[in-house]
Amino acid sequence: MIIGTDFWVYFAARPLIWIVLTLLVFTLANLLYQRASRTPILHPVLISMTVLIFMLLVTETPYETYFSGAQFIHFLLGPATVALAIPMFQYFDEIRRLWLPILLSSAVGALVASLSAVGVAWLFDARFETMMSVAPKSVTSPIALGIAEKIGGLPSLAAALVLVTGVMGSILVPIILKRMRVEDQAVRGFVLGLTSHGFGTAVALEVGAVAGAFSGLAMGLTGLLTAFLLPIVFG
Amino acid sequence: MIKGFLILLAFQLLGESLVVLLSLPLPGPVIGLVLLLVALLGLGRIPESLKMTSDGLLSNLALLFIPAGVGLVLHFDLLASEWWIILLALLISTILAALVTAALFQWLMKRAGGEK
Repeated sequence: MIIGTDFWVYFAARPLIWIVLTLLVFTLANLLYQRASRTPILHPVLISMTVLIFMLLVTETPYETYFSGAQFIHFLLGPATVALAIPMFQYFDEIRRLWLPILLSSAVGALVASLSAVGVAWLFDARFETMMSVAPKSVTSPIALGIAEKIGGLPSLAAALVLVTGVMGSILVPIILKRMRVEDQAVRGFVLGLTSHGFGTAVALEVGAVAGAFSGLAMGLTGLLTAFLLPIVFG
Repeated sequence: MIKGFLILLAFQLLGESLVVLLSLPLPGPVIGLVLLLVALLGLGRIPESLKMTSDGLLSNLALLFIPAGVGLVLHFDLLASEWWIILLALLISTILAALVTAALFQWLMKRAGGEK
């Protein structure tokens, strides 16, 4: 019996610490983000990652130990990806009405985003894993991790690059759109969602409901099309 | 909520199984997404339990990337040598994609509007 109890305590306590710390750090980072009026550069995921990595380094904890706890959070990415079907279903009337502009633009845009990133990395002799990790950078994270894994990238690097792309896009894309004198809400939302997934959609929602809807739509389609197209391109 | 979670996991399982069976180069959950979308279109509405669970997961999506993101700690050597290439790649591709998509989508929307 004593062995049984020890066994339980040993396995339960250590993974639990890292789940609790992940949730705690994220909650605090979220508070900071709200206080800083949602500046993209202080995004709670970026802050949480930095703080947790720092904690692992200071306590000399191997990533495997951290992940033995955090995997229970990570596991939810799968069902969350499937759940993206719900917003896509809600935009379906829009897709049916404007299917040609929407499908063509998201396919071309997704390929330009991905291939130009891989191209720049290739031009500067980046490693293969680096190229395959930048490839899904415009795609919403749950799908991007899956794509990176499939084509030989590093899922954790891909996750970080998706976030950095989101921050970059939500700052740069509104400036580019302004320069191009794009005023149509649908177009602005679409470009924001395609280039900068959830970050872009957050910015688009501030522009208006139509921009938000087109942004969510572009985000979903970019994820789907990239998942279908990249394995063909690099397969 | 449990029913909604069951639906999501069942579709993920279906997706993962198809990926293994047909050795598809796609992530299993993405196939699950497509299958669920088709099922919803057939049904014509979103079941309440599914809506609740999905909203819960999607509104906390940011939290779910953290465990994977912390894995960056394993790749510090790669970042040390290639961080500037990565940043340049992200910067150039973001600008290019925004320019191309904005021009193309605007043009196609105008054409679609003009035909009506």
